[in-house]
Amino acid sequence: MLRKLLIGTALATSFAFSAHAADVKEVQMLHWWTSGGEAAALNVLKQDLAKEGYAWKDVPVAGGGGDAAMTALKAMVAAGNYPTASQMLGYTVLDYAAAGVMGDLTETAKKEGWDKSVPAALQKFSVYDGKWVAAPVNVHSVNWLWINKAVMDKIGGTEPKTFDDFIALLDKAKAAGVIPLALGGQNWQEATMFDSVVLSTGGPEFYKKAMNDLDEASLKSDTMKKSFDNLAKLVTYVDPNFSGRDWNLATAMVIKGDALVQVMGDWAKGEFHAANKTPGTDFLCYRFPGTDGSVVYNSDMFGMFNVPEDRKAAQVALATATLSKSFQSAFNVVKGSVPARTDVPDTDFDACGKKGIADLKKANEGGTLFGSLAQGYGAPPAVANAYKDVVSKFVHGQIKSSDEAVTELVKAIDDAK
Amino acid sequence: MSTVAETQIKLTPEHDAHPGASVRSRLQDLLPKIVLAPSFAATIVFVYGFILWTIYLSFTNSKTFPSYDITGARAYQRLWRWTFESDPPSSWYTSITNMGIFGFLYILICLALGLFLAILLDQKIRGEGVLRPIYLYPMALSFIVTGVAWKWFLDPGLGLEQTLHQWGWTSFHFDWIKNKDFVIYTVVIAGVWQASGFIMAMFLAGLRGIDGEIMKAAQIDGATTFQLYRRIVIPLLRPVFLSAFIVLAHLAIKSYDLVVALTSGGPGGSAWLPSNFMYEFTFKRNEMAVGSASAVIMLMTITAIIVPYLYSELREKSR
Repeated sequence: MLRKLLIGTALATSFAFSAHAADVKEVQMLHWWTSGGEAAALNVLKQDLAKEGYAWKDVPVAGGGGDAAMTALKAMVAAGNYPTASQMLGYTVLDYAAAGVMGDLTETAKKEGWDKSVPAALQKFSVYDGKWVAAPVNVHSVNWLWINKAVMDKIGGTEPKTFDDFIALLDKAKAAGVIPLALGGQNWQEATMFDSVVLSTGGPEFYKKAMNDLDEASLKSDTMKKSFDNLAKLVTYVDPNFSGRDWNLATAMVIKGDALVQVMGDWAKGEFHAANKTPGTDFLCYRFPGTDGSVVYNSDMFGMFNVPEDRKAAQVALATATLSKSFQSAFNVVKGSVPARTDVPDTDFDACGKKGIADLKKANEGGTLFGSLAQGYGAPPAVANAYKDVVSKFVHGQIKSSDEAVTELVKAIDDAK
Repeated sequence: MSTVAETQIKLTPEHDAHPGASVRSRLQDLLPKIVLAPSFAATIVFVYGFILWTIYLSFTNSKTFPSYDITGARAYQRLWRWTFESDPPSSWYTSITNMGIFGFLYILICLALGLFLAILLDQKIRGEGVLRPIYLYPMALSFIVTGVAWKWFLDPGLGLEQTLHQWGWTSFHFDWIKNKDFVIYTVVIAGVWQASGFIMAMFLAGLRGIDGEIMKAAQIDGATTFQLYRRIVIPLLRPVFLSAFIVLAHLAIKSYDLVVALTSGGPGGSAWLPSNFMYEFTFKRNEMAVGSASAVIMLMTITAIIVPYLYSELREKSR
């Protein structure tokens, strides 16, 4: 009985498996850039590739969003069915590279001079063991303030240069009856804001030690406690309904003038653009007070998989097109980020974009370009998520004091290492 | 796969070696098994195979990808330690206490409400045919729809509170969904709304199965309506209680989408259930071993509920 059942099973499954050959003139791409502006930006790349005779094929992801895409990617890689490339973030690239499934683009990188044009901090994630495994698409930075200019004029505020200035500005908004700070109470948003607070409170050296090197003494230090206290101060300026709000809704509050300011990465600019607002006249972009000169970044990358030889030509074409100056400029103008290479002319960018490009160049040369811990560029995902937990629990009151917060932070990071 | 395929090739000549039995009768004999085989194989591999695989992984140090070196019960040790970290609450502590609160209230309220509605509907009222589907309908919705609808309804800035403020009752305050201590109760509310109609239908079927003669006899003996239900109907419904409990218990333990759609995890992760913990750790934090260990603990919890039930059911049948 059992043997017959097994025979039947073997028969049935042998029908189910059929060889599937991927088209060699095709770029199979896993990504989650499906919203209007992002999809339009990606179209530029599709057209560039079409000119060279390569077709573009999106790998479908059920549910959308980065998490779903990463789960899909994990399944594809486990099944040995590699896409040509996948949108990836920071440590994910290194994880996959360590698992030995990434391709090698070093030849192309040499020919195109990526070593010189891509900031060294980014190469930490796109180069593994001396081999180029990913093509960075852009650089986002998270230490920005987005301010509604009309509200700013109404309350007579000026650009805050220090954290105390910032608090004074928020007080002014509160007195004028506007929600001072638009925040979405989701752990990554709170932690993203906290990245800036730490940089502002402790300075660049401290940020690097605590948030990138995970130095225990720094994590436990009084400076870290002060950072948590400063975060607690900021949280008193949000509206009572902030918990669980999506980041783009928080941005919409600033756009509509319900709130004065949002602390968010430069992807928020895309929302201002979508609402037809111009920097300088409708909204203002400043660096988070006390962080001018430093850039806390995250970056989207196209991880390149170790595809069979006959599909490599398409992969090289994709990588070359991704890091071409024309695409870098066209894409990032739309996306709100800045190019991943520092030699792209800034002529097409708006005022905020120009400042972003100049800041990135300066930070790259001055050694003040740091990975954002909240965005997964400071430490591996396990640590980054432990960090987000602690920050979020502090914001929502499960962790009651800054003393407790630093103890928990050290413990959580130890656990996650 | 290849080894099985080889056996299959070797076996084929054997069939030809016995021309005595007609091919047709052999085929007839084999056909049901061939048809059943795919689902049999799928169950063996995708249910039991992966249960074993998950148990195995929970004893490794798997991170982003599965790793196959057994490294001991470190994942369980961590979960055990987190079980007692209540202040500030560890994510695991939050998950299991939420499971306790949610499971207890969800099952209790669903049973009570379902029974109450069923008894009311059983009074031979007019329009039962219309009322029954109305109560039953929420079960036809997915948890995602339920979650999103209740999220809007309970949001202080959008739903109930805002509406009542507009109507003039400005002192009304209901922000449970934004409150770390109460958010789990909003999950209970949405869950009960979804499932109680279904439980009502189960009880209604049970009530309809009770012999009318018994009821009449009790009434002749002078039992009040309350006594009738308390002493006769509810004890007779015991098997329905058991089935409803099992259905609700496994719905409660596997609730995941409701928490995500309704609260996106709640303020500071305060609405997590063990299933959310498992997904977060396995897929977002690349701590596959810890995620697997939590899945095994969930499985053992379900087993602890289901096995006594199956045991008692099977024993009764064999008697």
